[in-house]
Amino acid sequence: MARYIIRRILWGIVLLILVSALTFVIFVVFPTANPAQLRAGRNASPAIIRHITVELGLNHSIFVQFWDYMKGIFFHFNFGYSYYSQQPVLTLIADRLPATLSLTIGAVILWVVAGIPIGIISAIKRGTFLDRTAMGVALTFVSMPVFWLALLLLYFFASDIGKFPLLPGANSYVGLTADPGKWFTSLILPWLVLAATQAAIYSRLLRGNLLEVMGEDYIRTARAKGLSERRVIWHHGVRSAITPVVTVLGLDIGGLLGGAVLTETVFEIHGIGLLNFNAINESDFPIVQGTVLLAAMFIIVMNIVVDVGYAYLDPRVKYS
Amino acid sequence: MSEALLSVQELRVAFHSDDGIVHAVDGISYEIGAGKTLGIVGESGSGKSVSSLTTLGLTRGSRAQIEGQMLFEGRDLITLPDDELRKIRGNDIAMIFQDPLSALHPFYRVGAQLMETIQVHRHVSKSAAKARAVELLELVGIPDPKRRVDQYPHEFSGGMRQRAMIAMALANEPKLLIADEPTTALDVTVQAQILALLADLQERLGMAIIIITHDLGVVAEIADEIAVMYAGRIVERGTTQEIFGAPQHPYTWGLLSSIPRLDSPRGEELVPISGRPPSLINRPSGCYFHPRCPYVRDAHKRVDPRLEPANGSTGHVVACLLEHAVRDRIWDGIQSGRDPEALRRMADASPSPAIPAGATPAAEESDGTDSEPSESRLVESESPAGERLPPTESPYIGPEETR
Repeated sequence: MARYIIRRILWGIVLLILVSALTFVIFVVFPTANPAQLRAGRNASPAIIRHITVELGLNHSIFVQFWDYMKGIFFHFNFGYSYYSQQPVLTLIADRLPATLSLTIGAVILWVVAGIPIGIISAIKRGTFLDRTAMGVALTFVSMPVFWLALLLLYFFASDIGKFPLLPGANSYVGLTADPGKWFTSLILPWLVLAATQAAIYSRLLRGNLLEVMGEDYIRTARAKGLSERRVIWHHGVRSAITPVVTVLGLDIGGLLGGAVLTETVFEIHGIGLLNFNAINESDFPIVQGTVLLAAMFIIVMNIVVDVGYAYLDPRVKYS
Repeated sequence: MSEALLSVQELRVAFHSDDGIVHAVDGISYEIGAGKTLGIVGESGSGKSVSSLTTLGLTRGSRAQIEGQMLFEGRDLITLPDDELRKIRGNDIAMIFQDPLSALHPFYRVGAQLMETIQVHRHVSKSAAKARAVELLELVGIPDPKRRVDQYPHEFSGGMRQRAMIAMALANEPKLLIADEPTTALDVTVQAQILALLADLQERLGMAIIIITHDLGVVAEIADEIAVMYAGRIVERGTTQEIFGAPQHPYTWGLLSSIPRLDSPRGEELVPISGRPPSLINRPSGCYFHPRCPYVRDAHKRVDPRLEPANGSTGHVVACLLEHAVRDRIWDGIQSGRDPEALRRMADASPSPAIPAGATPAAEESDGTDSEPSESRLVESESPAGERLPPTESPYIGPEETR
């Protein structure tokens, strides 16, 4: 098992270098504004632009730039500096990470707490009015684009523009340490938006899995043993049906930690997603590179966690 | 029989499906005494598994309609409330299934699954339950049970898994063990071991066993009585000696002829039963077996046979419209290897849809057994081999069919 994990981590590092290289190529190949010109301002003289170009190392070839970047990471753990603010990328990311973490963790709890019971109940009450209603609502949420649902909630409930001004709207996020109460209320709408779609997906996924599992032979065995239906469903049915859901959950968390770009943008939460979004708009390449690497790292790490976790959830899975 | 452990009377189980009502079990009756072994034999889709699952209430549900009576120690399992039935399941009546790999939960250790069965019916400590689990594994002949008890089902071989299933079924010393195709998924050598184990355990623990199989060979050794099922009905029932010695139903003959035998002459072919089991939604008119029966007469397509004493003896019953003397002659003929056509003549059979088209017309014409040649010819041309006649399309709709 240890060998397996080490091998996966080494492959993950190779993958991150490839992701980084790809980001470099995309940035050079696709037309972007000249970062030096952007930085120098509207009426900068060619001399100043040239000076900035040299200062940022943009006069070197892409290979040299990539090599310098990798050297910085591996020897100094330095991910470069923002073209604009000159702040280290690592510092910027560290500042923004708590907001993204808050958003992700809250939303995950919400959708797990909502989606899993709904899925189980729907499966048990299959074909009833309850099941049809729950699955209908779920389908509606799955079909709603996140940004649209976000705008809809702001339109109705945001304290500044809402018809029913109940909750803080866009740009109201404050850190947990600064004001826990406000932190909580400001995140309610974003959590709901993120969780709605996911809860819908999870409930449908779990319902389908559980219905399949309840037709398995070992469920019949469990009933034939004389177990109560509750124990048959929870101990034998849900135990099997939940395993694939746990896998998907791990991957989803990995994806979200890289930044919930749409939700963060609509609610103006200054997390990794918004940092990335703004950096792309401003051609602030070091930040784009840094956030992309972070997102890739989360996905790779969560993939490893899921695969290792699977061996514990399903005793038939063995790694060597 | 007053001492019957389980007495099933006129059991009917029907499922409502999108295609119509599936009459899985259609009025079967049987009894099994304490410590006895009953074999229920039939093809897949004959209702043999459904009838046994119903014993444990495992077919209960909104889509199943269950009628009749199943008295187990005087209590009717069909009307018993779920909570009461649950106390019987795995306790007084236990069941083992065909494929032990899929019948054991893949995520729990074998020991844990055994302990669960014990602890749901008995208030014992975890350690006592575990000790009992080890004891049970030892009882069913699993070597090194102390180590095996902590393993998962996928770490067991096929035969071991079935032994573990049996151990689980025996956990609470049931009075009745229902074994649903217990050897079908196993290697032939392992099959024999499992059957020997069941027989040995029965001797030691004194439980009754219902063994469900499609293979008459499986029950030959261990069953006291055999019930042959076809299309949801029992078509023949008798002691094992009676069924093997003087079988009465053409379907039973078919099953017996399809068992490979060591003492049969070299080169002799096994005789398969032609056609397929009938649809349980649109059942054939008259005798359900008539579309596949080589000895069918026209009347058999209209009249629904009832179980009647085969031979004066009340124990051996058969649902066949052929006369007893005719049946005896045909069975003798089958055993002495007479050709099928001669056998059919003995039965005075009408041209049968079970005979492949083109194989017999000349013979049919010359033997002159048909009372209404033109009509039966017409029937034959409309129903080629193995085809099932839905009641609505059949020219013969007997009164029984409208039930």
